[in-house]
Amino acid sequence: MINGSTFIRRELMIRLVRAFDAGVLESEIDRIPIKLRPKNERASRCCVYHDRAILKYRLMALLGISVEEEVDEAKPLSAYYAERAWTGEGGESVQPKTPLSVCGPACSGCPDARVVSTQNCRGCFARPCVYTCPKKAIEVVDGHSVIDQKLCIKCGRCIAACPYNAIVKTTVPCEEACPVGAIKKNDLGVAEIDFDRCIFCGKCFNACPFAAVMERSQLVDVLAAMKRGEKLVAMIAPAAEKQFPGKIEQLLAACAKAGFSDVMEVALGAEMTTAHETAEFIERMEKDPKTFMTTSCCPAWVNLVGKHMPELIDHVSLTPSPMVYARELAKKKDPSVKTVFIGPCVAKRSEARRKDVDYVLSFEELGAILAGRKIDVIACEPWPVERPANPTARNYARSCGVTDAVLTEATAKIPGFKLDSKQINGIDKKTCMMVKLHASGKVPVNFLEVMACPGGCQNGPCSLVK
Amino acid sequence: MENVKVEICCGTACYLLGAANMMNIEDQLPESWRGRVEVEAKTCLELCERENLGGAPYVRINGTEIMAQATPDKLLTRIGELLEGAA
Repeated sequence: MINGSTFIRRELMIRLVRAFDAGVLESEIDRIPIKLRPKNERASRCCVYHDRAILKYRLMALLGISVEEEVDEAKPLSAYYAERAWTGEGGESVQPKTPLSVCGPACSGCPDARVVSTQNCRGCFARPCVYTCPKKAIEVVDGHSVIDQKLCIKCGRCIAACPYNAIVKTTVPCEEACPVGAIKKNDLGVAEIDFDRCIFCGKCFNACPFAAVMERSQLVDVLAAMKRGEKLVAMIAPAAEKQFPGKIEQLLAACAKAGFSDVMEVALGAEMTTAHETAEFIERMEKDPKTFMTTSCCPAWVNLVGKHMPELIDHVSLTPSPMVYARELAKKKDPSVKTVFIGPCVAKRSEARRKDVDYVLSFEELGAILAGRKIDVIACEPWPVERPANPTARNYARSCGVTDAVLTEATAKIPGFKLDSKQINGIDKKTCMMVKLHASGKVPVNFLEVMACPGGCQNGPCSLVK
Repeated sequence: MENVKVEICCGTACYLLGAANMMNIEDQLPESWRGRVEVEAKTCLELCERENLGGAPYVRINGTEIMAQATPDKLLTRIGELLEGAA
């Protein structure tokens, strides 16, 4: 769904691609904020100067630079651009260690989460709020309900009880969305990510209504590598289905037209993941029928275990993800290529860093390249794939997709094979508790599929259509 | 009462900047308008270059009228004006 945040991000991306292709990015990039917010025109925030300052930071993130690491505030975007030597030979691809960055001036510093009574309160006679509150935190003063913030535990019972919808809960959207408490306001009231805790699930990126959480992009890295004549393979994630108009094969063709030397479906890697993961699961069950195994293809989940649930590490499948197998296939075909994973995921950037995938682009960034180069997916002739990927592999992007694939594979090998599977369909504070229940054996399971995004990768933080 | 012809730009720029939301506009038409509105998804109308990118997504109505920053709501309202206004 498009909104103000997604619109500005995508517009900037397309402008960046157009300026790069016209060879004027270095000379024009500092003008983009001014072009978008000229004086005497209406501003989105307090004034055009505030807007421009934020646009500059957005462009910095699009150049891959962390706003947190900014030292010289006077340094123009063109200097950042020149510094990375994208225009020269031998540009290195480096996955940023922290793929997210917070734009301080964009952060609204939302007031702390509270349950408050509004003007809609009529000071009624029944006063269900007063009676329902388990902490006796509500009193009626001068004909209006008042909630004692020291006593309130934000359980929300009064909200449900009020017949006038007079009680509301205010939230800090990023803090509310973060499953691991990694984003908090600092002393200045500006959101800050604790990168030692962050699992890069991208929930805050989607949740912030001020678009203050930004992704550090590799868009320009990819454009520059193409310009240097490097051979880049576009590896399209299974979640690409229905993201663009047209078929997957047409999207592959569009990528080839955009300048990738070769294109492939990551679903081909997913087929290998299925085969290996099934074998691994059967072996684990033979060794210890009481144990359980959990999936390894969602990188935010793998990060969650690594950073917050170390006791579960031995249960995570050792089978590489579809992206890693896809990289292997691409390198086997031509060892001189560089690989570009294209998907809907923030956390894939952290996995790519660990697994030597050279670049990661989001569907938005790919869309910007196609838009900048005037390539319409529906106008492309389908790419002649050697063979389409297996439907169960293409289904990896949906919740239950991995479970189905493993079950199908296992029953083919061992007739009557039984899988006691459970799915965690979206990581949040509640489902984190669920995982722990499974781990402790209180809720039995032998195959636990975990997807950070509800519904699976198709609803990833950087998907175009949810 | 003339029919209304709506051409939605499905060039990648417009698609990315909101045209994706209008793909199912035909399903949102009230019963009485059905058959009187012709919707077509077009490849890039090149308005994002001639006009400006911030105006995307673009929709062309009855061949000449250009709607910038089109949304399903805006589009339905305009279609209504053209159909009912002419009635």
